[in-house]
Amino acid sequence: MNQLLEPLSFSFFRYGILAAVLIGSLCGLLGVYIVLRGMSYIGHGLSHAIFGGAVVSFVLAWNFYLGAGLWGFAAAVLINQTARRTKINADAAIGIVTTASFAIGVALISRYRNFTRSFDAALFGNILGVTNSDLWAIGGVCIMVGLVVFFSYKQLLFMTFNNDVAHVYGVRTNWLDTLFSLMLAATLIVSMKILGVTLIAAALVIPPITARLLTDSFHRMLGISTVIGGLTGCVGMYLSYFFDLASGATIVLTQTGCFMVALGIAALRKQLRSRMIHTHV
Amino acid sequence: MQPIIELRNVGLRYAERLVLDQINIHLHHGQFAALVGPSGAGKTSLLRLILGLHAPSHGQILTHGKHPVDGQIPTIAYVPQLETVDWNFPVTVEQVVAMGLVRQANPWPWLRKSERQAVQAVLAQLEIEHLAKQHIRNLSGGQQQRVFLARALVAKPAMLVLDEPTTGIDPRLAESILHLLAELNQQGMTILMTTHDLNAAAAHVPWIICLNQTIIAQGTPEAVFTPAVLEQTYHSDMVVVQHEGMLLIQQRPHGHSYRDLIPNPIIGEVLNPAMENPSEPAFRTAEL
Repeated sequence: MNQLLEPLSFSFFRYGILAAVLIGSLCGLLGVYIVLRGMSYIGHGLSHAIFGGAVVSFVLAWNFYLGAGLWGFAAAVLINQTARRTKINADAAIGIVTTASFAIGVALISRYRNFTRSFDAALFGNILGVTNSDLWAIGGVCIMVGLVVFFSYKQLLFMTFNNDVAHVYGVRTNWLDTLFSLMLAATLIVSMKILGVTLIAAALVIPPITARLLTDSFHRMLGISTVIGGLTGCVGMYLSYFFDLASGATIVLTQTGCFMVALGIAALRKQLRSRMIHTHV
Repeated sequence: MQPIIELRNVGLRYAERLVLDQINIHLHHGQFAALVGPSGAGKTSLLRLILGLHAPSHGQILTHGKHPVDGQIPTIAYVPQLETVDWNFPVTVEQVVAMGLVRQANPWPWLRKSERQAVQAVLAQLEIEHLAKQHIRNLSGGQQQRVFLARALVAKPAMLVLDEPTTGIDPRLAESILHLLAELNQQGMTILMTTHDLNAAAAHVPWIICLNQTIIAQGTPEAVFTPAVLEQTYHSDMVVVQHEGMLLIQQRPHGHSYRDLIPNPIIGEVLNPAMENPSEPAFRTAEL
């Protein structure tokens, strides 16, 4: 027990574990909608786009959250509009907009080499460098996403199930789509410093996929995915502390471990069910 | 009385391609109409216009004589093609049907007692109340169609729009779905559906709209299902026969029936020796 409490005596670990649990839960919650809407690639793409925005806001001496936020939101809207109004498919639109944006970031870094090191954190995450203001930002986004999901639960469920039909039944899908893009951009921005551009996509996809293997119910999937995200954030932080590993990578590997266990449980259940059917026949 | 839905000289273009032109339709309260036409005739596009999912390139769409606000028509409920549904989506029958209440939904994520009762009532009306807690993947074709019909009915619409409700289900289930729609129509529900099954439409639907980019004809099945109209709609030679009060429509084979191609077909072995009539479906094999 003392071993578990020992790391909590360090303030950097307390901040880090709180950030990991909040980010894990947030990504787990929002990830359910992303996975069920077949948008898994957008998390990966948008995080790269936001990296470009982060570099631009640094160069222009803007606030990181404001600059990267506006950039990310604009990228999400641009992807949406490109896919809707042209012959270009959504996956291709994501590829074009986000890699171009990432390339802007890389080009600016190569031009202004003096700040290259500070962007290592954005690329690979720096959970131990979490500040008080980072925690406030994460908390704010968690509350915003939580409230939207709670009060628009039925509308979001219908829109995720079938966007066009939801529109016919009175769901304001365009407005809700924009709100969703905003939530996604905000989530990616606050997650970027913690998990890094390269690992965010995993945190958005693995917990919901794991939850989907364990349940056939939408609200249970939301709950399980959020809990898995938070729990693996906590466990991953401890593992990274005890084994001296990069925290973002350890969190994602813990989630992957969870996924493997869920895969095993699902396979076992399937086998048991088919055996029961054979016995009854 | 104003029609529930009225299309005046409506046209639709996708990029440079004209998909629909000069569409004039009035659907009044209590009408039951089927939209028929070949694949690519614009049936689904026309439904999407009526549902407010597309804006017309020209012309006007009015509901109760007025322009719909924000493209949404509150009095219409839609039953999509079963093929478009993600059957692995994690929802139960009850949750799908409750989606129909989204317009009057309370802000909380859970259902109120009155909403739960409304869902139960419509499930009972369609005789599928025992499936309420089932995952949608575990349903048969007919049950799936009833679930989506239940979602539409729970919204208490003035008009139902169905996209090919009998596609992908066997003739017996298709018959029961059409019978159900006819019953709903008798209770006052206005219905517009698309279908490829001309015989089913002739037997169950009192008003037919033939479409191929524009309206070719509309009227009762007897008035519309004529070789001339069908030829113009499908660009194909169709035979129409009256048999025991039923209208039967069949495409004329162009000298390519199996009898023309295979002079001595192997038609199989009779399983029941008492059944000597080879036209009866009692063969072990039918190797061609």
